Amino acid sequence: MESLNSVIQILKDRFDAQICEFCGDLSLMVAPGQLLDAVRTLRDEFGFDMLSSETASDYWPEVSPRFHVVYNFNSLKGRRRLSLRVPVDGANPVIPTIEPIFPNANWHEREIWDMFGIRFEGHSDMRRLLMPYDWEGHPLRKDYPLGYEEPQFSFNFDDIAKRKHRGGYEEA
Amino acid sequence: MFQQTEVTLDELRHLVSDRALTGETVLLNMGPQHPSTHGVLRLLLELDGETVINCIPDIGFLHTGIEKNMEAKTYEKAAVMTDRLDYLNTIGNNLVYCLAIEKLAGLDVPPRAEAIRVILTELQRISSHLVWLGTHALDMAAMSTFLYCFREREMILDIMEMCSGQRMMTTYFRPGGLWRDIPVGFETAVRQFIRMFPARIDQYEALLTKNPIFLDRTKHIGVISADEAIRWGLTGPSLRGSGPDYDIRKVTPYSGYEQYEFEVPTATGGDVYARYFVRMEEMRQSLRIIQQALDKLPFGPVRSNNRKYAPPPRAELGVSMEAVIHHFKLWTEGFSLPKGAVYMPVESPRGELGVYLESDGGPKPQRVHYRTPSFVHLQALPLLSKGHLVADLVAIIGSVDIVLGDADR
Amino acid sequence: MGVEQKLGNMGIATLKLEEVINWSRTNAMWPMLFGLACCAIEMMAAQASNYDLSRFGMELMRASPRQADLMIVAGRVSRKMAPVLRRLYDQMPDPKWVIAMGDCASCGGVFNNYAIVQGVDEVVPVDVYVAGCPPRPEALIHGIITLHEKVKGEKVKDWA
Repeated sequence: MESLNSVIQILKDRFDAQICEFCGDLSLMVAPGQLLDAVRTLRDEFGFDMLSSETASDYWPEVSPRFHVVYNFNSLKGRRRLSLRVPVDGANPVIPTIEPIFPNANWHEREIWDMFGIRFEGHSDMRRLLMPYDWEGHPLRKDYPLGYEEPQFSFNFDDIAKRKHRGGYEEA
Repeated sequence: MFQQTEVTLDELRHLVSDRALTGETVLLNMGPQHPSTHGVLRLLLELDGETVINCIPDIGFLHTGIEKNMEAKTYEKAAVMTDRLDYLNTIGNNLVYCLAIEKLAGLDVPPRAEAIRVILTELQRISSHLVWLGTHALDMAAMSTFLYCFREREMILDIMEMCSGQRMMTTYFRPGGLWRDIPVGFETAVRQFIRMFPARIDQYEALLTKNPIFLDRTKHIGVISADEAIRWGLTGPSLRGSGPDYDIRKVTPYSGYEQYEFEVPTATGGDVYARYFVRMEEMRQSLRIIQQALDKLPFGPVRSNNRKYAPPPRAELGVSMEAVIHHFKLWTEGFSLPKGAVYMPVESPRGELGVYLESDGGPKPQRVHYRTPSFVHLQALPLLSKGHLVADLVAIIGSVDIVLGDADR
Repeated sequence: MGVEQKLGNMGIATLKLEEVINWSRTNAMWPMLFGLACCAIEMMAAQASNYDLSRFGMELMRASPRQADLMIVAGRVSRKMAPVLRRLYDQMPDPKWVIAMGDCASCGGVFNNYAIVQGVDEVVPVDVYVAGCPPRPEALIHGIITLHEKVKGEKVKDWA
């Protein structure tokens, strides 16, 4: 079995990828168009048989690329890990899904859609996962407010009570 | 604001079979308030009589926004949030977060702190397995196991409280070591626990392992093959119940796990019983690790000496100006980590608990993502439960050991 | 209640009907099994061997809201859960009481963000707040006894 470095070298040449090394973690930056081929190569040729995690990171106010989708693959037999990073444009965040290759990407991608609003093309079930179905916005984007609610003390109690949304519940 | 919006059948059209539309099969809602879903999990079941045709999990009823909230806090303050993710494995959540920060900062941890971390993490593993065993058995109508398990769990919680002052949400592990050293009497309490506990495991096993009712409910239920388990990303006891002996403590040791001798229990059945068997065995192995760690517990400091990350001890504040400055900087602005991203996995009681930590060079994280085992395991629930009875579904949910706080974050 | 002293030889005691009703309500209060998050584990611990909630006639946790008269909101309430919680509350028969267990249920706790309802009192009326993150089982038991005290002082007319 090739060492991790040679795997990376091969991938780098084949997919014109960029290598980022940090604290012993190796990651490869792949263009969205080549993602599926790269993932398939990783699984079939180099034995990365488990998708450990898939997540995204928002670099707002950068626009292009605004997001990075980060995949972490694990090879149980080879006992090694490799990360892939895919830059995603902010204006039209769409990348292909890897669900046909790793079925457990399903929920990870639904979560990313829910939290970041990145659409996965070809995904079988693109619904919100964690937030209510009618929720507006994508909470983990950096331009989405945290939703901090000011604590009520005696000096500002009435002020906040006026603003406070008391939906649904009326004292009987 | 408090109006419930429901999905229509049209939206779920691709998830149910054609027979659901004609009314031949029944769509049944289970949860989110249900005693056997181990939290606020909602399942939409398509049933043919009592047989589960399709199972569509709906999560997010405990979505807490922890990842977003952590981005708004400094690294050290955000550690408080991590406890509340997986509330049965609070110490493990702290551990993985601290390890990620230490990896990113290149921070060293004193050997004594590492050994204490191992002891507490293993104790937490036992306590988590005890809650699992108690509720799992309770789901299958074995009430007394629940009472016994919680009796022993209280002893572990007492040890946690002894160290940190809190029973569950300890935040005892901090970047660079521990909050403070273990108190007098800790060693005695732990030794007493590990002396007493093997007999207690035998007691639980006497109640369940050969109990014909329990065997009927667990054997050949929720079977998953090793290949399928890997494809769906199962880890921990759920994977080891199907055969592979993959344990992150062995594969990429952290916190000095390489010094301890222990076995990775596996089973081959891949069913509910196999996962039960693996977890019971794991508790025994945890005891072995704790014993070894206690026997060679080194002396020394419990927190890193690197003043850029770890606050100076109280005594230094009176004599050193530099210490005062460091103290002030750490508690107001917090420490900054070098720009970059790491992924740090550890073996939690449920499986691979990983944290993806990305820093933009400032004092607050750019992105924290918890790769939680419950989230991944829940996803495989439809696969595990297909073709089984509704009553078995309860056993299957119990056997993959989910914590909804862990899944929803 | 001190009934024994008042009984005398006749086996009859006179007391206000209200007191009898309230007494019976406090001594067989059936909580709804409504665990949300971390606090639910402490609630389970309160029912288990060491703390034994059944000393207060409350060991019978009901999974159905139709059979319960006390809702212990144990844990953080998310925006997605809030309508469910309200619906469950509406399904409980009168008289009914609510205990907000833990900081998250009382005021949002450490989670001051978009996802968590800042205090379950925005959704349902709360009778007793129990502080702690999570509260110890003793604290929950104290909260329940406090509620019992409150119920003993209630007017039957209020529920009419």
